[in-house]
Parts: sequence; C-alpha cells; structure tokens
Amino acid sequence: MRRIMVGVKRVVDYNVRVRVKPDNTGVVTEGVKMSINPFDEIALEEALRIKEKGLADEVLAVGIGPADAQQQLRTALAMGADRAILVQTDASVPPLSAARIFRQLIDKEQPFLVLLGKQAIDDDNGQTPQMLAALWDRPQAVSCSKVEIADGKATVTREVDAGLEMLEVDLPAVLSVDLRLNEPRYVKLPDIMKAKKKPLDTMSLGDFGVAEAPAFRTVRVDPPPQRSKGIMVKDVAELVDALKKKGLV
Amino acid sequence: MSKILIVAEHDGSRLNPSTAKCVSCASKISGASIDLLVLAVDGAAVAAQAASLAGVGKVLVADNAANAEPIAAVLAPQVAKLAAGYTHVFGPSTTFGKDLMPRVAALLGVGQVSDIMAVESAHTFKRPIYAGNAVLTVEVPSDAAVVATVRVASFEAAAQGGSGTVEKVDAGVALPSHTRFVSRSGATSGRPDLQTANRVVAGGRALGSADGFQIIYSLADKLGAAVGASRAAVDAGYVPNDLQVGQTGKIIAPELYIAIGISGAIQHMTGIKDARTIVAINKDGEAPIFEAADIGLVGDLFTIVPEIEKQIGG
Repeated sequence: MRRIMVGVKRVVDYNVRVRVKPDNTGVVTEGVKMSINPFDEIALEEALRIKEKGLADEVLAVGIGPADAQQQLRTALAMGADRAILVQTDASVPPLSAARIFRQLIDKEQPFLVLLGKQAIDDDNGQTPQMLAALWDRPQAVSCSKVEIADGKATVTREVDAGLEMLEVDLPAVLSVDLRLNEPRYVKLPDIMKAKKKPLDTMSLGDFGVAEAPAFRTVRVDPPPQRSKGIMVKDVAELVDALKKKGLV
Repeated sequence: MSKILIVAEHDGSRLNPSTAKCVSCASKISGASIDLLVLAVDGAAVAAQAASLAGVGKVLVADNAANAEPIAAVLAPQVAKLAAGYTHVFGPSTTFGKDLMPRVAALLGVGQVSDIMAVESAHTFKRPIYAGNAVLTVEVPSDAAVVATVRVASFEAAAQGGSGTVEKVDAGVALPSHTRFVSRSGATSGRPDLQTANRVVAGGRALGSADGFQIIYSLADKLGAAVGASRAAVDAGYVPNDLQVGQTGKIIAPELYIAIGISGAIQHMTGIKDARTIVAINKDGEAPIFEAADIGLVGDLFTIVPEIEKQIGG
C-alpha cells in the first residue's frame, strides 16, 4: 500500500480577528469559527492529486487535538482522504510532541510521503515538519510550491527568501507546503454524506507516551502594541509635504 | 551564565545581515557570551565578517564540501554536535533559519522558540502568535538548551568593530546524502534587499497586472527603495514570490513603507507593523490598511503614484 500521511490541525479560522482574553491567559476561542489550518488543506489537496495521478493508493489524515477536531477530519474525508486518525487530547500539544506522535504513527502506517502545512496559523511555530524529519532521520523540504513524485524521489520547488530553490529528495520524506502549491477543492454535498461512512479512528494521547504537560510555560498573552493614529492627506502635494517634514524623501 | 551559539547565515562569500540581528538579540541576555558558527565549504571570508561584529567572542568555522548549499538535513547534525556546552542556540527567522533550527531542536530533544521579538530574561521571551494579533510571553526550561529563531525585524543590527577570534572546528558526524540541491533562481534586480532596506514601496492586486506594477518599480527606483508586494499580487503572478510581505512572506521593518493598492489583510499587516512610517494609498477609503497607516491618501493609484514621483523631484 502506497500511503501518504497528511496532518490536519483544527485552528481558529483565518478570517477571524482574534482577541486576547481579558485575563491574559490566551486568546478567545469560545464561540469562534474553527477550520482546517489552511496550509494543511493545501497539503491534503496535494496528497489527493498525487493519488489521482495513480502515484499513491491511500491518503491518511491525522489530527491531534480535542474531540471536536473530528469535524475537521470529517471535512478532510469529504475532500477525499480515505481514512482518518484523531489523537485525542484537550492539552495543548507543542510541535516536538506532535512530531513524536507522527513519528510513532509512521512506524505503524509506513507512509512513503508525509505532507504537512508549513505552519499552523494559530501558534505560527513552523516547526513540526522539520522536527518530524529529524526524528525520522529522513529528508525535509519546507515551503514547497511545486512537488513532483517519480522513481522513489520527490523533486520540489521551495519558496525561499532569495527566490525559488529546487531540491531532490529520496523518499520517504517530509514535505511542508506553501500557499502557492495548489488551490484546495471545494467539498460537495454528496461527498460529505459519503465521508460519514469512512473510517475515523480515535486514539488517546496516552497511547503515545508523550508528555501531557508542555515544557514551555505561557507567562501571559497580550494584544500587540497599537500604532498611534495616523493622518489622512487630501492630495499628493500634502503627502509629499508630510514625508519631507519627516525627512523621509 | 549564558553561552550562546548563533548559526551564521551566508551565501558562501557574504554574511547575511540577519546574523548581525541575531547577535543583537543575543546581547540582550545579560552577561551572555556570544559565539558564531559558520558552516561552509571555505568559511574564511564569512568568518572574518562575522568576527567583526561587536560582541562576538569566537567564530567557529566548520569547513566541509557538503556545506556548499544550506541543506537543513546536512547542517543540522553539525550544529547539534557543535552546540554541546552552549546554553542557547539561535538562528535567524529567515527561510534559512526556519528550515534549519527546528531540525536542530529535535536532534537536541528540545522545543524551539520561534520568532523571538523581545528578550525578557535568559529563559523568557516574547513572540508573535496568530499572525501578530497576540504576543506570547513564554518561559522555557533552564535545564535544557534553548533553541530559538530570531525575528530579524525586531532587532537593530549589531555594530561593527568587534574582534572575535576565528577557530576551525570539525563536527565529526556522518552527513546524509538523501537531500540534494538542484538549483536556485532568484531576482537579481539590483534594487536594495527587501528584508534590510530602509525604504520599501509595495504594491497589491489593484495594480492589475505585471505591467501595472511598473509604476511601483519606477517609484522605488526614484526613492532608492526595495520593492514588496501583497500575497494577492504574488498569487496573481504580477511579481515573484520573494517580494511577498506578510505572515507567510517576509517580515520587514523599514523606515518608510509605502503600501499602494494594498487593502491590508491582517496577514499582510503582521509583516509591516514594525515599519517606522507607513504610507497607504488606496482608492477604497474604508480599506483596513488606513487603520495602521501614519499617512493615508485615498484616490486612484495610477494618477497618484506618477505624481508623487514628479513632486519628490530629482
């Protein structure tokens, strides 16, 4: 079985303007729209396209999170994933723990490719793919905007500060995906019905022997410093004048 | 006492300015000693530049033919090995450091602090979360190595005038061959580097086409500025990806940022909130960009931009 494993994280929807809780312990997530991390959606779409080209047999979606994360895994199944696993926990799971969980699932599931989002838009850590590749002692290619699979290798284009970088990696490997890799498909109603019959297994975080308590302690969460209110100018002359006063032109 | 190792970013001959920002961040930890690590084929020239940064003690140079390109799977085991005896290992939060440092952290069996924006103490840091819409103060264990990336826009570059000593080292670890560099393509525009420029002129979807974007290049050249873009402009194919500013692109802190035809999605704003002066030009007076702008002008950018160029004179 040629299997692709994809990570699916439940996060606050990217359109939500998050607010910091008044007691500074975190951000408000109650009653807020939750979605699949957008980068994970792109990873899943890429896995599905690779399977549709006949280069893989099964797409496995893995989530780590609360019971409600089943919603996002059901969406993943509706998009086309063949089955899903939820590693259930109410604790916050830091990237190294997530990587350790994926590492153990890899032993069991033997994927030839792991596709993950390059970062989750809640914590913005951008660590799990690289950590997983290190623990697995396999190649990593982060921020992929193009992926080609052939002859036991992946040829990828990565978005880097200098432009685009092309790497060739032996499979199995961990690829993290960037925004321009693809545009995820929309889920159709019949697919949502079909997805209800697909297998979604739940495991407990305790099954993995990964510490429940994160090693890092949240001291506090604050809103970002606000910029002072600016001025509106009525024409270019006023604009250039304002810039000159500031010594900027 | 803190002993900090910073992984230098370079292109084989020149030290990337991100390294001087990391040195500056490390120097905020009181009483810290700061060493740099240059992984290269022949790191002598880069090491000399690294040694001249104020506050740097030693520059470790690990020369190896395998270090010709910055491949994380090749560099990480060397960094992890040479990190022995250090309390902190820092790298820049550029695509180089973002690729490499989590791999180093995992090899060391520790978590990573991504995007340090402020140092509270040797083990307490501030970092942005939710695209910069919240700031997390995080405390990390003091009995393990602290691996972190430094948000370069948050720190001034360390000054010149240092007199570090250069020392050759050999990590003596087996390096993998499973990851191979093929090619790199990038714009060699001759314009200032977006990440370190003092002035940036950026355009959005409203420019309408790659041709439309020419007025951005023209104004940038007049101002001696770098060119940036919103994700929408990159997605639409008007400009290459390396011009993207924002949560998933470059985080910048220029003296002057002129946003032209950019609406100001939160993902874009997180990339520019450290800019000293933000100028916004947009035909929609309700665009969120105006909430953050120091100077705003509502109107047609195709009329306004050439007019600015004319009025700032030669």
